Amino acid sequence: MRHRDRIDRVSDGLISFDACAITKATAMSARSYIIDDRERKTFLLDREVLVSEDILRQEMSRIFGRCWIYVGHASELKKPGDFRSRKVAGRPVIFCRDQKGEIHCLFNTCRHRGAIVCTQREGNVRRFMCIYHGWTYGNDGNLIRVPGDDAYAEDFDKVAYGLRRPARFEQYRDFWFMSLNRDIEPLYDYLGRAKDYIDLVTDQSPSGRMEIIAGVQEYDVAANWKLMVENSVDDYHLPSTHSTWLNFMANSGVKIEPPKEEGLVLPTKGLAIELGNGNFTTDNINFRGRPVAKWIPLYGEPAKAEIAEIRKELVSRLGPERATRVADTNRNLVIFPNLVINDGSSVTVRTFYPEGAGKMHVTAWALGPVEEGESARARRLDAFLTFYGPGGFATPDDVEALELVQQGLANWAEDRWSEMSRGMGKETEQLNSDEHHLRIFWRRWNELMGAPV
Amino acid sequence: MTVATPTVVTRAQVEDFLYREAALLDDWKLDEWQDLLTEDAAYYVPPNDHLDGDHRTTLFLVADDRERIRQRIIRIKDPNCHAEYPRSRTRRMISNVRILDVDKDLVTVAANFVCYRFRRYERIREYVGGYRHILMQSGDSFRIKERRVFIDAHELGALGSVSFIL
Repeated sequence: MRHRDRIDRVSDGLISFDACAITKATAMSARSYIIDDRERKTFLLDREVLVSEDILRQEMSRIFGRCWIYVGHASELKKPGDFRSRKVAGRPVIFCRDQKGEIHCLFNTCRHRGAIVCTQREGNVRRFMCIYHGWTYGNDGNLIRVPGDDAYAEDFDKVAYGLRRPARFEQYRDFWFMSLNRDIEPLYDYLGRAKDYIDLVTDQSPSGRMEIIAGVQEYDVAANWKLMVENSVDDYHLPSTHSTWLNFMANSGVKIEPPKEEGLVLPTKGLAIELGNGNFTTDNINFRGRPVAKWIPLYGEPAKAEIAEIRKELVSRLGPERATRVADTNRNLVIFPNLVINDGSSVTVRTFYPEGAGKMHVTAWALGPVEEGESARARRLDAFLTFYGPGGFATPDDVEALELVQQGLANWAEDRWSEMSRGMGKETEQLNSDEHHLRIFWRRWNELMGAPV
Repeated sequence: MTVATPTVVTRAQVEDFLYREAALLDDWKLDEWQDLLTEDAAYYVPPNDHLDGDHRTTLFLVADDRERIRQRIIRIKDPNCHAEYPRSRTRRMISNVRILDVDKDLVTVAANFVCYRFRRYERIREYVGGYRHILMQSGDSFRIKERRVFIDAHELGALGSVSFIL
């Protein structure tokens, strides 16, 4: 009955659409949320996935419970005893460095009765004490003190009562991820070709070491979390959503020419690239300036010499070709499902979690080379604010766009499908302004949600 | 003829000035508001987790020099600034005004504020925090040399963005 209804509704909205393809997509026992018709070069997304609390509950186990999920960056824990407490995929965790220098991810839940044991967001401690009954854990997670422990039976084993931790916890180039899925492939394999794009970011640093810069931006967006995945890599929206940013750039002496080549909507060419396992990136020839290392008038005359020096260092260390890759391209990378590393006007690391089907919580940091000098660091942060963040010249308009989508989706039952076919009609390479990369995300998401293959 | 610089600054003078500033911002009279700024004015909103940070080493929410303020206002007055079109309606309540320091013609003042923000028909957002202004005496009033806005909330969270002048 349900399938029948659905087909009728779809047919109403899309008269010309081949009912066969729809039947194929919907009539199987497991459900598909996309219509991916490569023959007809049509890709449609069922809008229910952006509004349904039921689907969100399934996502918590099938997506967030199964994938590698970003926890934090090693640079946030500089010294033994440093910790950060945060929520990762809805789980309160402690991301910390023990006295021996080892990094851990511990569930922030007392083994005794379940209270949060670390109530501070960041700091440096040797132990975490639960305020309820005083059970105390070392910063390696081991239970080290139980007040009045003589009241327990003799075989009560403190060793078995260390703080629990996610099944897997691994890192690549200081980016630490956890997985609740014991059987997942190693992070190294999961990242696949995305590693090359993380390398391109870390190559900004002479020592290959980047750090999270102090000052976190945390804000809610009244939209489904998956809309932020799309928005983070969707370069099609730039001219319409961000015209005031383009205007600001022009006012600041950055001449942005309209595209000359046919098929482009942006001034320079950019590609959308699949990286495996649902990971993908844009890879664009830069037109907006880069603190590493492409001067624009916005940075001011005095910055010219320093940026030339930064570039010289890149060329001598990496060779001219690789230096050009690092300095003259910008890339927005998505590690499935919810880590975004944007290497654009500056570098931002951004993650976001659902708080209900129609709301997400975003956390965003700035990333820079550990050895960056004072003036270069200041320029990096200033460049960040020209575009990114809740007070930036672009992000608030992205937020507005996503919230308008969510509001519009109240009509999902009557207007059921989102159109995402852009670029499918072409034989040639897929551009950043096409929707190839969005389709990569949705195909992977659909597969993990149990759709028939 | 020389203009005598007032030697004593009263809280009432400072309050009058801050109330006037608040009215201009709430009324979106942003050009007139800009006339209150010195040519080297700066506007800062530090991140919620590092209120005492330095914008050269810490990622702020807003860290505008005078030129950036000018550009910000061009942007938010533009109907293509989607986050502020339709414009937010704001209403600021300012209290607990204190003069922290007077150094020659510079006066550092602190004040508490609540800024209620409404957009379209959605939920009310309450920005609660403190202002710290560095004012330059100018005739019998002031101009703003630095304007720093501290948000009390631990994170921006449901407040969303600071797309208007807070």
